[in-house]
Amino acid sequence: MKSVEELKAIREKALKEISIRDNENKIRIVVGMATCGIAAGAKSVMNAFAEELAKRNINNATVSMTGCIGICRLEPIAEVIGVDGEKTTYVKLDAEKARRIVAEHIVNQKPVVEYTIGEAEK
Amino acid sequence: MIYRSHVLVCNGTGCVSSKSPDLMAKMEELLVANGIENEVKIIKTGCFGLCEKGPILVIYPEGATYCNVSVDDIEEIVNEHLVKGRIVKRLLLGDKEAEDVSKSRDNVGFFAKQKRIALRNCGVINPENIEEYIAHDGYLALAKAVTEMTPAEVIAEITKSGLRGRGGAGFPVGRKWQFAAQEVSDQKYVCCNADEGDPGAFMDRSILEGDPHSVIEAMAIAGYAIGANQGYIYVRAEYPIAVERLNIAIKQAHEYGLLGKNIFNTDFSFNLELRLGAGAFVCGEETALMTSIEGNRGEPRTRPPFPAVKGLWGKPTLLNNVETYANIPVILLKGADWFSSIGTEKSKGTKVFAIGGKIHNTGLVEIPMGTTLREVVYDIGGGIPNGKKFKAAQTGGPSGGCIPADHLDIPIDYDNLLEIGSMMGSGGMIIMDEDTCMVDIAKFFLEFTVDESCGKCPPCRIGTKRMLEILDRITQGKGEEGDIEKLEALAESINKGALCGLGQTAPNPVLSTLKFFRDEYEAHVKDKKCPAGVCTALLNYVIIADKCKGCSLCARKCPVNAISGEVKKPYVIDQDKCIKCGVCMESCKFAAIEKK
Ligand SMILES: Cc1cc2nc3c(=O)[nH]c(=O)nc-3n(C[C@H](O)[C@H](O)[C@H](O)COP(=O)(O)O)c2cc1C
Repeated sequence: MKSVEELKAIREKALKEISIRDNENKIRIVVGMATCGIAAGAKSVMNAFAEELAKRNINNATVSMTGCIGICRLEPIAEVIGVDGEKTTYVKLDAEKARRIVAEHIVNQKPVVEYTIGEAEK
Repeated sequence: MIYRSHVLVCNGTGCVSSKSPDLMAKMEELLVANGIENEVKIIKTGCFGLCEKGPILVIYPEGATYCNVSVDDIEEIVNEHLVKGRIVKRLLLGDKEAEDVSKSRDNVGFFAKQKRIALRNCGVINPENIEEYIAHDGYLALAKAVTEMTPAEVIAEITKSGLRGRGGAGFPVGRKWQFAAQEVSDQKYVCCNADEGDPGAFMDRSILEGDPHSVIEAMAIAGYAIGANQGYIYVRAEYPIAVERLNIAIKQAHEYGLLGKNIFNTDFSFNLELRLGAGAFVCGEETALMTSIEGNRGEPRTRPPFPAVKGLWGKPTLLNNVETYANIPVILLKGADWFSSIGTEKSKGTKVFAIGGKIHNTGLVEIPMGTTLREVVYDIGGGIPNGKKFKAAQTGGPSGGCIPADHLDIPIDYDNLLEIGSMMGSGGMIIMDEDTCMVDIAKFFLEFTVDESCGKCPPCRIGTKRMLEILDRITQGKGEEGDIEKLEALAESINKGALCGLGQTAPNPVLSTLKFFRDEYEAHVKDKKCPAGVCTALLNYVIIADKCKGCSLCARKCPVNAISGEVKKPYVIDQDKCIKCGVCMESCKFAAIEKK
């Protein structure tokens, strides 16, 4: 180790790898991964969320899964739960939509209204 | 590689012996079978503390803590939690219905009153991966020390924090560093005492297993502060997992240039080696420890000269305990003021205790100094099993003493414990209930010191042996008038005359039980009774005539034919023939036999 900067660089990189273990003050993206969700393609949605977060170096959000959210015909479904607990439910997702949600909702804090359940049920 | 889920599996010695490696193997197999081995990462980690409920594993990002997990539960955890994202509620630690699973253990008293400084990374990081330590601010304190601070400033900060040695005696750490720093010598050494000889204690082992880098970093800081370029960790060979993790950690620290030459491009260099001890209590004593590192038989030498002046190979040497070191990096990063805001007036920070004996939650706890014994026993420890009453807690192991029920509200710190005749010690805490005989306990500890006495000085070699003989007699019902006084006189001369701390403190368990439970000694000596019903020789097995149905089973089981009677009438035990083996009591179907 030649410099403190070098140590700090390792620290940043390592922090990213373990940031998943720190769930204080984080936005949570929860993907419905019951049989219905998986059949509708939830797995690729989930992977798209994870990859996009990693690609953009986003440390303040985690992806996790849950069971059936209860509206199978709208699967794949994901909920984005803000630090304040506010919940946005996105439906009929695919990998492309997931990436857009990361870019607009997580990064720019603007929910993608057209993918939300309210919009779909109109 | 970014994983969507991390599974942290406790790999402390406790959980390893309750089969956590098997859990990991099974889980790995099932991850592959489900095709999610690239999504879920399994991580070995150190002790979470609640060994009673092990093996423990924690799954992120949900932060779900599962306890008492068996190999058979793994399939459900993988299928439900990792594949489908459904929490396996029945295995959750604490509140199984918690809305936010990561909070399920928040109301578990065991965790609520703890404050983890020395154990900050145990159960949080993978101890075999230096980068996880670095992610948790690891080696930043070393960087700060060598690039921004002078050795004197480092020592001043440690002094100001009020940190005292965690190995037993509680000597101020800054002062000890100052003594070693002010010596002028071509060579100095930094040593770490990881001998941990106190029976039942495993704080130091858990730190080494769960966070070895914290000790390595602190020793390098100490080397910088006192002007030493070589360190030794003296660890007992009975701690194979700790030894292995230390070896890995030292190797990684070298690879990352955090040990070795010109650390952070300064002219400070530091090397570290392990020395394995064979597991002798006396080798935890500082001078014996150094004699052992030198390759000689581990026997103590007279002090002064103190190690800071003439230590390892006659050179100025700094020796601190594992837990003491584990506190150092945080103090430098967060500051002395932060550290000294925790604890009591003269005892700052926290202390780790290994709680065992008659208590619900056996395990490892780190509490702020000043926490009361009552909080430790009832809130953290979960109280005494089987509705029994608390009788006393033994701290300080074979060098310490007991704290009886009247002192449950004592705030635990160095000075309070000394004042009532016990001591902080290295952190072993054995809880005893009403069924414990205090004479028997004193005898247990004395047997330990008699075994472990190195034999170099007569007061310890001969004196402790004579004390043990007297205790033996007392518990055999052969105690004589004057025995108690003889014990006291011997205790005093051993304390004054022994060469090292082992002998000087060996009488403490006897003195302290005498102080609080003298009546129990007297009952043994005068009335030939053991009030707690432990000392077999003082007990009689008797058949309660009202309850005896005269079935003759006990008489047939008795190996010495001491029981006789007529079928369908109460039997009797001939006390002269009885060898007190207890077989009759175990065999009786009517609970008609009692021990009195
Ligand atoms: C018989 C005996 C056994 C000891 N065993 C240990 C031990 O296992 N671990 C330990 O750290 N200190 C032990 N000590 C205390 C050491 O001599 C020494 O005071 C301590 O390691 C210094 O470190 P500290 O100032 O950081 O506490 C023992 C002392 C005696 C007299």
